[in-house]
Amino acid sequence: MQFFFEVLIGGLLSGVMYSLVALGFVLIFKASGVFNFAQGAMVFFAALSLVGFMEHGAPLWLAFILAFVVMTLFGIATEKFVLRKMVNQPPIALFMATIGLSFFIDGFAPLLWGNEVRALDIGLVDEPIPWILDNWNMVISKFDLFAAGLALALVALLALFFQYTRIGRALRAVADDHQAALSIGIPLQHIWALVWAVAGFVALVAGMLWGSRNGVQFALTFTALKALPVLILGGFTSVPGAIVGGLIIGASEKLAEIYIPPVMAGWFGGNFGGIEGWFPYVMALLFLLVRPEGLFGEKHIDRV
Amino acid sequence: MFYRETGQFKTSYAADQQIFPIRQDRIGIVLLLAFAFLALPLFASNYWFNAILIPFLIFALAALGLNILTGYAGQLSLGSAAFMAVGAYAAYNFQVRVDGMPVLLSFILAGMTAAGVGILFGLPSLRIKGFYLAVATLAAQFFIVWCLTKFPYLSNNSSSGVISVPNVEILGFKFDTPQSRYLLVLTIVSVLALLAKNMVRSTTGRAWMAVRDMDVAAEVIGIRLMRTKLLAFAVSSFYCGVAGALYAFCYLGSVEPDGFSLDLSFKILFMIIVGGVGSILGSFLGAAFILLLPIFLDIALPALSELLGLPFGSATVSHIQLMIFGALIMFFLIVEPHGLARLWQIGKEKLRLWPFPH
Repeated sequence: MQFFFEVLIGGLLSGVMYSLVALGFVLIFKASGVFNFAQGAMVFFAALSLVGFMEHGAPLWLAFILAFVVMTLFGIATEKFVLRKMVNQPPIALFMATIGLSFFIDGFAPLLWGNEVRALDIGLVDEPIPWILDNWNMVISKFDLFAAGLALALVALLALFFQYTRIGRALRAVADDHQAALSIGIPLQHIWALVWAVAGFVALVAGMLWGSRNGVQFALTFTALKALPVLILGGFTSVPGAIVGGLIIGASEKLAEIYIPPVMAGWFGGNFGGIEGWFPYVMALLFLLVRPEGLFGEKHIDRV
Repeated sequence: MFYRETGQFKTSYAADQQIFPIRQDRIGIVLLLAFAFLALPLFASNYWFNAILIPFLIFALAALGLNILTGYAGQLSLGSAAFMAVGAYAAYNFQVRVDGMPVLLSFILAGMTAAGVGILFGLPSLRIKGFYLAVATLAAQFFIVWCLTKFPYLSNNSSSGVISVPNVEILGFKFDTPQSRYLLVLTIVSVLALLAKNMVRSTTGRAWMAVRDMDVAAEVIGIRLMRTKLLAFAVSSFYCGVAGALYAFCYLGSVEPDGFSLDLSFKILFMIIVGGVGSILGSFLGAAFILLLPIFLDIALPALSELLGLPFGSATVSHIQLMIFGALIMFFLIVEPHGLARLWQIGKEKLRLWPFPH
């Protein structure tokens, strides 16, 4: 039972990391209706920029700011050269364009910053917290806990930003209805550039955490694939959905990885590890059959 | 001047419904087929067969399959490589496990197996659409590849799921030269392309397009959504499955599950974006473009680096390739969302009026 809880908590904490990536998707989708497949590539790009600036001697806080500037510029460029030219195209075409964008970044980022795997030290160690280890005999990583705290803080910050600032209100207006927002004088294109910058910021935080844990490398782009089932579970348009979805996916994925392969091996014989790759997807898929709009998604009514 | 339909009258329904209503098109396609079937086998070298012509035809077939699903029925799929994998492994298993199984029959059965799996993973499309569905098809991609790696039965107990296919032999004739394999692939692809062309002009194809354009409206005018969508999944997976079987039997000879990765799915998706979504011709044009571009860049980039005096490492070259790929996809989606096929159509329209455009 203790082992079960240990796996569960480990899963929940890694689920927070998935939520962090999923959050970037949700932000852009809410504001512009674009399903940004390049979010994973942006995580990679942001982490590489951070490490790159640190290698040139910048301290962490400065590198963080510089990397944020890079991501903002990148967001503005994306808006100007890709999205603005694709207004009035179907959403699926925009989605495919972001697949192209992710390929572009996959090539561009290492070209700019170099190809090798690099360690990123943000002053946190991935070791169990002694107090919990002593009292409950469970291994809970300090790093994971910090990452989870940071993610929650980020979400709270974003929620406040969306709720109480002028720009946040404009963002929500744009998400609700482009035309109505335009007609009351909200500059649509500025808002889009802004939301890409915010998504870049989220990508930067995610990249920093993932990167310092697993090293800054190309595999960071696959965080997007981890975040997709979170999205369909939580609904594309809901920030709380991304968080809850991430927790569910993270926990069930880790539990499944521990408990399902032995059962399958009992049935068929052989080694059935590595179900993490598809289990979240199949779970999200089954969930969709029951609730097609996701956990917190908006119910969609079609009219002819 | 040469491309004008003046004086060609349609006097029967049959004439009105031909695939190529204009005589010049008919002559053109006959010439093209004659060139592909007769001239190329005589003159092309083994490199051309193995590295360009055979993969081109196979990828064109897979792109055709995806185009039926995405371009005609409007269901975006990111799992086409997985259905190719199903085809490849099914064909292999039919060959190995059934004595005296004819190769062509095993290809057809492989396609049908893929179609069955396609229907299974198409079921969610009845409830969800758009992005949700696109993500759901990723489940097929990861699950199928995992299954092929983990169940030793599917790869006849070979290590890590690698299969080496037996030689193709039909009625005692061994397809062991590149030429003969090319001709086999060409024949299969031509027949399937003709079938697809006719399918999309028929009731089925029109139902697909109605569902693509607006599924609620399609349902209102009496199209059965479930049947139509699942049929699209089945037919599309059949094409991908046959393409996968050919990929294993006529192109690579030995394949592993990881070869059918998400990257391959994206590659096939790019083919239909560049070639033209919702166009049979586009599948072929796109496959040719996506296949030839890396070969071209492999030659052009080192030459360019010498010209500029910059030393490009092989890593740099592959990064630049990725960038150009991504940029091209965005470029096509912005400038010509209907792809190369649309450009070809515009060219033909221009040619009809040339040299007196007014």
